[in-house]
Amino acid sequence: MNDNARFVNRKELMGILVLAVLLVVILPLSLDVFRLNLVAKYLTYAFVALGLVICWGFGGILSLGQGVFFGLGGYCMAMFLKLEASSPENTKIQSTPGIPDFMDWNQITSLPLFWKPFHSLTFTVIAIIVVPAFFAFIIGAAMFKRRVGGTYFAIITQAVAAILTILIVGQQGYTGGINGMTDLRTLKGWDIRPDHAKIVLYFFEVALLFGCIFIAQFIRRSKLGRILVAMREKEDRVRFSGYSVANFKIFAFCVAAMFAAIGGAMFALNVGFMSPSFVGIVPSIEMVIYTAVGGRLSILGAVYGTLLVNFAKTSLSESFPELWLFGLGGLFIAVVLAFPNGLAGIWGDYIQPRIDRLFASRKSGSDPKADSKNGKSFGPVADGAPAE
Amino acid sequence: MSDDKKRGLDSPLRRKLLMGIAAIPAISMFGGPSFAAGPATSAVNTTGLAVTDTEVTVGILHSATGTMAISETGSIEAEKLAIAQINEAGGVLGRKIKIIQEDGASDWPTFAEKAKKLLVNDKVAAIMGCWTSASRKAVLPVMEQYNGMLYYPTFYEGLEQSKNVIYTGQEATQQILAGLNWIAKEKGAKSFFFVGSDYIWPRTSNKIARKHVENVLKGKVVGEEYYPLGNTQFNSVINKIKLTKPDVIFTDVVGGSNVAFYKQLKAAGIDLSKQALLTISVTEDEIDGIGGENIAGAYACMKYFQSLKNENNEKFVAAFHKMWGEKTVIGDVTQAAYLGPWLWKLTVEKAGSFDVDKIAAASPGIEFKGAPEGYVRIHENHHLWSKTRVGKAKLDGQFELIYETADLVEPDPFPKGYQ
Repeated sequence: MNDNARFVNRKELMGILVLAVLLVVILPLSLDVFRLNLVAKYLTYAFVALGLVICWGFGGILSLGQGVFFGLGGYCMAMFLKLEASSPENTKIQSTPGIPDFMDWNQITSLPLFWKPFHSLTFTVIAIIVVPAFFAFIIGAAMFKRRVGGTYFAIITQAVAAILTILIVGQQGYTGGINGMTDLRTLKGWDIRPDHAKIVLYFFEVALLFGCIFIAQFIRRSKLGRILVAMREKEDRVRFSGYSVANFKIFAFCVAAMFAAIGGAMFALNVGFMSPSFVGIVPSIEMVIYTAVGGRLSILGAVYGTLLVNFAKTSLSESFPELWLFGLGGLFIAVVLAFPNGLAGIWGDYIQPRIDRLFASRKSGSDPKADSKNGKSFGPVADGAPAE
Repeated sequence: MSDDKKRGLDSPLRRKLLMGIAAIPAISMFGGPSFAAGPATSAVNTTGLAVTDTEVTVGILHSATGTMAISETGSIEAEKLAIAQINEAGGVLGRKIKIIQEDGASDWPTFAEKAKKLLVNDKVAAIMGCWTSASRKAVLPVMEQYNGMLYYPTFYEGLEQSKNVIYTGQEATQQILAGLNWIAKEKGAKSFFFVGSDYIWPRTSNKIARKHVENVLKGKVVGEEYYPLGNTQFNSVINKIKLTKPDVIFTDVVGGSNVAFYKQLKAAGIDLSKQALLTISVTEDEIDGIGGENIAGAYACMKYFQSLKNENNEKFVAAFHKMWGEKTVIGDVTQAAYLGPWLWKLTVEKAGSFDVDKIAAASPGIEFKGAPEGYVRIHENHHLWSKTRVGKAKLDGQFELIYETADLVEPDPFPKGYQ
């Protein structure tokens, strides 16, 4: 219980520092701008994976629809950028200059009402957080208050992902349809496309990611986190102890949604477009895979898992354009079968104990806390075995 | 954007020197085409592309996996065939073409990522690629930002024109108008029913078709329906077709939906030998999946059919079958993809340089007499002049050529009066 008082213990701090050195120093120094921009793209999914650690790993709520929130965040950002790129000078070739090009192709002659507030960056930034959180709150309230959970909840989130995709594709005059919103150019007059902008965006994103890691760490260490874990292990006992299980679940789900939305917004900035192919069922499941590979109980594992899977995806597809999907599928099956706790499990079960032993033998047991039960930076052992 | 275009040309002195050097082999080249020894690399490549004394690198970017793989495989095969043939004939400016193939995985952002990789990392001199409009829209900003050259093979909706793209397929008016004129004249058609997949290409094509039917042909559109990509239930629209009894069903349903659509049409008792149907989305590739018996009698409006009788096409079909097997069929887009590497080669040789700016400038007016579809020429707007043809689907999955325009049709990506 002593560890509860502290926000991070020594080993967790070490883990975060190692990640910080990797993201802030090693990767920017060793990769060219193109590859660094790819890392920035991968890291946008790490926000989603972090959210899933809170809601799935800690709270036991498996959501197969995180793409919805990633998409909502991304579309909010993309709408702002698209409006800025569609100035009357840029779009003078259209029948109606000054509106986004896809609206013109769909015979829309004036900017729809719900697009107008997205002229303001302040509104956009607020919307990126509030819209997905509100949406998650409605879904959560509708489900958890009625005690819908587990598989049923997962299926419903999938349905929501499918519905939103169909909505976006169907309303192409307002959303860009299946093409999405392409050719995003500037943010308040600052060109987001050249190399130096990519570097600035990368560091901004890494800073945001660490912000989210600290929030997740805070939740994990707080009483709230304990209740989430308790809920995952034995929901009824928590309910009988007088806690409102539904409210805690809604909270975890909303936090996951907000993280995903931040990732989506950063995606739109880094990649320069947004399309419904990030909203649907397949990308949502892929995001769950990142978390599973990283270890769903581990905050840092989620980041490493996302990076690893995406690196594998890019390098496999560059080397074997026709066969890579099979290789990737095989990798997933192998990881899930052999290491159910993902990378973090491998680290916690095999590598960490050896390092500990090495230190312990050098210091000849002068630091007994190093082996204390809560000392593992990646958590799977500390939090006990998963219930499912 | 102008910053990026200056990459590799930082020093004005170096630039002038290189231009001077560039002129020397250019002059000697007018003496006659000789591939034995190409001009110096520093002269034909002033922007740091992947060109050596013996090799030039070109990218192929299509979906080898995912839902679009079935359509895009033909394009990959055609481009590889064209490049193999060019290499056999001595290459481009004395250099063999090396291919770097990337997989777009039927996923638009992946297309953008891979296009960027090809341009920034591999410094390819040109990219043959993209298929769906969505993938092209995703790749276009990348091509413009890093100043690449894309040869895009698919017939598409128009409303686009870029210095960095050569469109080797037809834009919408080239594909639609002549076909509608023909069917109105031939069948005396007055009423049309439109069925399409729900995305930008069918929507734009039908918009153009509607204006043409209403304003030029003085006919009537009695129904216009759209279905999501991948939809397989067409019973409600088939019922409406039966109720409204249009003279012509005009369809731009794409991909796998076609299989369901034509099977259900047949099952509902609509006989395509009596009911005229004009499609702008079914090529030999799609009939492979639909089955010739389900679509025989339908008319397709394209610029190329495998069954075209001319010397170029017979050679092309034979070479294609030799490289990729006797059973492969060749559709409209496959042929357009085959044009890409050839047009690029001809343009490079005219420009005397691999530099993208020079190729973009030299492209208008390039003629390719060896095209399987017959003679083609690049227009100032980077689209191709080409004929429109109407074919009738046969039981064996091939088309019988029924009609072709007398002259090449001018590409008009921003058609006045059809917007």
